[in-house]
Amino acid sequence: MTTPLLSLQGLTKAYPGVIANNNVSFDIGEGEVHALLGENGAGKSTLVKMIYGLVKPDSGQMLLRGQPFAPAEPRAARTDGVAMVFQHFSLFDALNVAENIALGMETPPPMRDLAAKIREVSEAYGLPLDPYRTVGDLSAGERQRVEIIRCLLQDPKLLIMDEPTSVLTPQEVEILFQTLQKLRAEGTSILYISHKLEEIRTLCDHATVLRLGENVGECTPADTTASEMAELMVGSSLKVPERAGKELGDVALDISGLSVPSPSAFGTALKNVHLSVRKGEVLGIGGVAGNGQDELLAVLSGETLTEADAVKLDGQPVGRLGPTQRRKLGLLSAPEERLGHAAAPDMSLTENAMLTGSVREGLETGGFLKWGEAEAFAEKIIKEFDVRTPGPDNAARSLSGGNLQKFVVGREVLQRPGVLVINQPTWGVDASAAASIRQAILDLAAGGAAVVCISQDLDELMEISDRFAALNEGRLSTPRDASGLTVEEIGLMMGGAHGMEVAHV
Amino acid sequence: MIVLEKRPQPSRAWSLATPLVAVLATMVFGGLLFAVLGKNPVEAIRIIFYDPLFGEFAFYYRPQLLVKGAPLVLIAIGLSLGFKAGIWNIGAEGQYIIGAITGAGVGLAFYPLEAWYIFPLMVIGGALGGWAWAMIPALLKVRFGTNEILVSLMLVYVAEQLLASMSLGLLKNPDGFGFPGSRNLNDYASANSWISQDAGMHWGVVAAMIAVIFSYILLNRHMLGFHIRLTGEAPRAAKFAGVNPGRLILFCLGASGALAGLAGLFEVAGPTGQISIDFNVGYGFTAIIVAFLGRLHPVGILLAGALMALTYIGGEIAQSQMGLPAAAIQVFQGMLLFFLLAFDILTNYRVRLNTRKVA
Repeated sequence: MTTPLLSLQGLTKAYPGVIANNNVSFDIGEGEVHALLGENGAGKSTLVKMIYGLVKPDSGQMLLRGQPFAPAEPRAARTDGVAMVFQHFSLFDALNVAENIALGMETPPPMRDLAAKIREVSEAYGLPLDPYRTVGDLSAGERQRVEIIRCLLQDPKLLIMDEPTSVLTPQEVEILFQTLQKLRAEGTSILYISHKLEEIRTLCDHATVLRLGENVGECTPADTTASEMAELMVGSSLKVPERAGKELGDVALDISGLSVPSPSAFGTALKNVHLSVRKGEVLGIGGVAGNGQDELLAVLSGETLTEADAVKLDGQPVGRLGPTQRRKLGLLSAPEERLGHAAAPDMSLTENAMLTGSVREGLETGGFLKWGEAEAFAEKIIKEFDVRTPGPDNAARSLSGGNLQKFVVGREVLQRPGVLVINQPTWGVDASAAASIRQAILDLAAGGAAVVCISQDLDELMEISDRFAALNEGRLSTPRDASGLTVEEIGLMMGGAHGMEVAHV
Repeated sequence: MIVLEKRPQPSRAWSLATPLVAVLATMVFGGLLFAVLGKNPVEAIRIIFYDPLFGEFAFYYRPQLLVKGAPLVLIAIGLSLGFKAGIWNIGAEGQYIIGAITGAGVGLAFYPLEAWYIFPLMVIGGALGGWAWAMIPALLKVRFGTNEILVSLMLVYVAEQLLASMSLGLLKNPDGFGFPGSRNLNDYASANSWISQDAGMHWGVVAAMIAVIFSYILLNRHMLGFHIRLTGEAPRAAKFAGVNPGRLILFCLGASGALAGLAGLFEVAGPTGQISIDFNVGYGFTAIIVAFLGRLHPVGILLAGALMALTYIGGEIAQSQMGLPAAAIQVFQGMLLFFLLAFDILTNYRVRLNTRKVA
């Protein structure tokens, strides 16, 4: 075998409390499109940051065409022929394309030459782009072209692309793939990061699968089915439990025709979302991160207000009510981001118990706080959810991620919600704790509460959901009974072309 | 290599110790500064920190401590509420001026009527004036997202112009032989904030003590105070908890403005006596230092206000006795804040000598 272009050997990188990459080794051949596959948090980003010189590995080494390669900074990586297109662009809206590209160069040529060069490269690779257009007027796909062309002007040997299609329309994806194939034909290697399995099957020659920071397998995507790759990613075969038809109560939560513009530049707009959850039911919502999960939670928690009728709780319009009033009515939520959203990092667990518990647990009278009772409530959460901490006086940030997650989930579950909305309930939690959190969710539903569980862990959703729907670019697919769903069907709901899920109903 | 390592928990010990360490460091480096200026550093430090309390003329300086400390504490308590929530009112000086103008204006409107209700009305007028001045940056921030730091700061200069205009125009003493400045409220019994001039006691001192107590209760025992702290610690978590950020901005800026306005009123109705062009002496800015020196904690602010008043008075004595330039005293006070902020990092981080080589 010839020398690979880039060889990673035993790369390890640990951050306090988490090993992002553990002894990862694989090779990227010349002219190969190599997929790096893995769930969120599997360590993909850390790995490419090491290749691009943004992060230094704790141990292990890299070889570029047989030579030791240890870039101290991105500039060094670029000099050696490694270029990267990030998921989020770093462009100045007010400048035009050529000016933006010139800013990233060490010694930019005169603007006119550069513009000619940009036009030439963009036409050669089928990425039409006018160098004099202002970046602020470009679509996401066109902005990505600017980034790609910025990389191509350096004539890279290895192009790293971090989830490039997450911001593209299907047509733009098509164009991008043609460009990448052209690059491959010219001998440029591409490291392609994604968790969209079908894309990888179409495009990539070879795939490395990361799970919890470790290389758990390699495969040739063209010869591997999507569900086999999904199994590698998730770690166990997706088991779809048979569910006996449960007696469900009345509709507890009802969302109809909800559209919310994106709250920030990198957010996702919710588009015409419909869902209803009955008492005693768990609705699982899957989908790739960044497709509207946070925004949906904010709409339900009351952080984002909507039309009054768009969100109904027990038939009552609550769209205009803030978080406190919704809690009063029994609609509770647990956001994904534990530190800084669900909990205040530097505040004690007692104070964090007060954060959402004040209304339903009676921790205040007339605005005056009852710290004694808040502490008792915090202790109750710690005890019932087996939170490992010396006591409720400790700051939230001193807890490990899993323990804080148990605290945050326990805090909401113990308030006897009528409807609980929970985003990524077992994110970063060890297996036994995850099992107990899932059990708590099932117990809650068995007790008559309606639960909306947003998660990227399909195993988890299949285990606890009665019905399943997926978010894709802010649209929610029509919920379907979870029992009997195949992986292919789930895949189509999650990331497939729009409207295709309808064909299965 | 020296590395800072984040502590799993903020250190309580350092949280209490940093103000003391900062004062010590200020004494050392301030002393060096004085030495470079050719003055005896030990004597300068003694004059600044010791003489006002226990020196030969302490009987004269001690009441001055109350007079200087009260407005600082009153303003700093108000500022600390906003600072805790990450709302930066830098324009307390302007709110202080406006409070003095409106409060004094209310009193002077009644002149020469003597009645018990005049002073309470002036208090309300002063608080409302400061509140209204602070509402300008507050409303602009809530409505248009402007930066409250800039707006409140710029309004200080507007307030100063207004002050000059008032001293020369509307509020000018008709019996003042053309000199700028209003009637002296010390000569107007019903509009006077002194309780005992000999002891330095005026209603501002009482108000400052009440503010300390109320602020303590608010921050530790009330939902509003909890939400203020929560907003400062984790804005997103605060929103999740149900805090309305706009309302919190209005409250924090409004409260700090009202307290600064009160401080201005008590000052003009007592120690200063009259509205004049040079009425304000920077209490509103120094109170920012006091708020941080007191770690934004009500009791801490009380102590910090006393300490700051001490450096003011001691600094003045040092100026007159040793001929230290006024700027040197200001640098000395600035050092105090600098060192406090610098040592503050030890509350959340520990310093470690890293002998491991970087890969």
